[in-house]
Amino acid sequence: MYNDREQAGACLPVFCATFFSAVGQTMDYEYLFELLAGGVIKGSIYALIALGYTMVYGIIQLINFAHGEIYMISAFVAFIVAGVLTMAGHGGLSVLVLAALVAMLYAAAYGYTLERIAYRPLRNAPRLSPLISAIGASIFLMNYVQLAQTPDFLPFPALVPDFEFLEPVARYLSSIDLIILVVTVVTMLALTVLIKYTRIGKAMRATQQDMVMARLVGINVDRVISATFIIGSVLAAIGGVLIGSRTGQINAAIGFMAGIKAFTAAVLGGIGNIPGAVLGGIVLGVAETLGAGYISSAYEDVFAFGLLVLILIVRPAGLLGKAVRQKV
Amino acid sequence: MREMLTSLKNAVGIALWFVFLTLPLLVVRVNTLNNEIEWRWENLGWIAGVTALLALAWQLSLRWRDRQRDRSVTQDEEEGMVPRATLQTLLDNRVLCRRLLVGAALLAAAFPWLVSTAQNFYHVNVMVSALIFVVLALGLNITVGLAGLLDLGYIAFFAVGAYTYALLSKAFGLGFWTCLPLGGVAGMLFGLALGFPILRLRGDYLAIVTLGFGSITKIVLENWDAVFGGAAGIAGIPRPDLFALVLDGRQKAVYSYYIILALVVLTIFVTVRLKNSRIGRAWMALREDEIACVAMGVDMAATKLSAYALGAFWAGLVGVVFAAHNNFINPDSFTFMDSAMILAMVVLGGMGSILGVIVAALALKLLPEYLRAFAEYRMLVFGTVMVLMMLFRPQGLISNMRRRYAAGTKGGGDRD
Repeated sequence: MYNDREQAGACLPVFCATFFSAVGQTMDYEYLFELLAGGVIKGSIYALIALGYTMVYGIIQLINFAHGEIYMISAFVAFIVAGVLTMAGHGGLSVLVLAALVAMLYAAAYGYTLERIAYRPLRNAPRLSPLISAIGASIFLMNYVQLAQTPDFLPFPALVPDFEFLEPVARYLSSIDLIILVVTVVTMLALTVLIKYTRIGKAMRATQQDMVMARLVGINVDRVISATFIIGSVLAAIGGVLIGSRTGQINAAIGFMAGIKAFTAAVLGGIGNIPGAVLGGIVLGVAETLGAGYISSAYEDVFAFGLLVLILIVRPAGLLGKAVRQKV
Repeated sequence: MREMLTSLKNAVGIALWFVFLTLPLLVVRVNTLNNEIEWRWENLGWIAGVTALLALAWQLSLRWRDRQRDRSVTQDEEEGMVPRATLQTLLDNRVLCRRLLVGAALLAAAFPWLVSTAQNFYHVNVMVSALIFVVLALGLNITVGLAGLLDLGYIAFFAVGAYTYALLSKAFGLGFWTCLPLGGVAGMLFGLALGFPILRLRGDYLAIVTLGFGSITKIVLENWDAVFGGAAGIAGIPRPDLFALVLDGRQKAVYSYYIILALVVLTIFVTVRLKNSRIGRAWMALREDEIACVAMGVDMAATKLSAYALGAFWAGLVGVVFAAHNNFINPDSFTFMDSAMILAMVVLGGMGSILGVIVAALALKLLPEYLRAFAEYRMLVFGTVMVLMMLFRPQGLISNMRRRYAAGTKGGGDRD
């Protein structure tokens, strides 16, 4: 999960072929760059959510279907905090930061509780049981938010001021886009440092390699798994707040599709592989935006899943995933 | 007494934690239209009270279970869960089993006349949709339960069957009975088409690709207006015909009921026969250990493809019944949630166990229907039930028993 592999090139031919055949006729570069920028931004959000999936999967081989709901809940918490503060007369970037911090706190709390209630008792159950439990938890959380708040769309307050220095490139990059990029890059760097150089990161890598051995050398595996859920949830919260500010509206159902897309991104990159999740997210975002921009926006999701199927046929372990040789 | 005190302390702690968790979402409601904030502090009291009580009950039940276990110094080496043990002895009794089966068959046959009147046949219609899902769950049971291939896009085959009938009856005026096998075959062909490219994939990669396939199917149905009628779907699909007889509303419903009941019986029969056949054994071997299975000389590709194709066949078949029964189909009936629901039926029932899958399918389909009184909360309850079921019986309601040979008994527990 934490080993880099430089095999991204494998998918490039497929990708380029579809890409250039679509672009060939018009070759409007401005439009193309606009789409590319949009795709990368979208992909960064996918990557943030995909990291939670991939980390959890790397350790306990569970598709955490409720991960998308954590993302949705954190968007709601941020919306509530921001809403209360804006009505009290505050505004601007500081409110967004505060809202994001509270959202991250709550995402961590929800992620931890979810793991304790729905997954931990099933650690030794048949492989599909935690999956069903996850689907149940996902349904529960979605309906809980619908009942507690509203099933309708809510307008997320616009808290990001227009940066003046972005004037010349405003067509490609708005100020919220810049924030998304910066935050994503910083988060990824922080995550890399956390996993490579800290004690808990080391424990996570050990648990991922071999849970029994990790336990034997004195690692508290339960705590490591909790930490993984918490870190993944915090990353999802960052994604949730950012996407809320960018699209300007949230709803109790957003978690579902975002979750599926992010999981697709994680598989695309090679599930369990952290750089893979980032690459997968960005490839997915770009492919979707290009497909929607050049062919038809109604089929956006078809491009995402079509790309996934294509790549998995060519490289069954994902872009950066190692083909694990099975030993008997 | 000290035990009681710690339980109480834990319960309070848990309640406080949940109060913290639900604080923003349950208390504050920001009304952006007229710039108001609604504070609902009373919800916190509810949460605190209910979670504290639940936590207390939970701990007491755990302690009670421990005490019970200590008392009955674990007589059987299996965990000895009480309900399972009694159910197992019940199922071991062949005579009783046969009697129960006959009773169930009679009840199923008489059901539509017992619960409907000439004007009100709501319950029959509900049962038809529930039985449709029973067949779907039994079909998915072949792919997931027997062959161990996780399929998260199963509903797509159902859609293929439904649209096959809708389009064929619209375009060529073909009748229900002609389309029924055609729908099944169409589903099967789609199963094969999906199966071929993903033979190499394993486990969760397989899951996500099938999920993607299901989503793609739905999006195409939604957006290709010219052929599939787009989001509005196709209306005016003819009901099943019976020798050109004219049926009234109730008779139509009852007729659909008997058709789907016959399909359920057929599915059970075929699955039972398949399970103990050469190919069924191959599926189960593949599920248990792919490498060992291939080393034993089982053709992996053919086995996997047949599992997909046969699973998809039932979905396509019952899709035709669904379209005919509803008169109307649109892409909203074929969402990922439905796929997840069918999978939940298979897993909740106990993978590979036919009786369990039927019980789970009926429960999962009928519960939300009759919980409509609590319409708002039913999905919430549904999600909770799914989690709780997994926590208490991760192996499913009625777990699949293998044929066992023990000294002194003749064959023994082979049933489903």
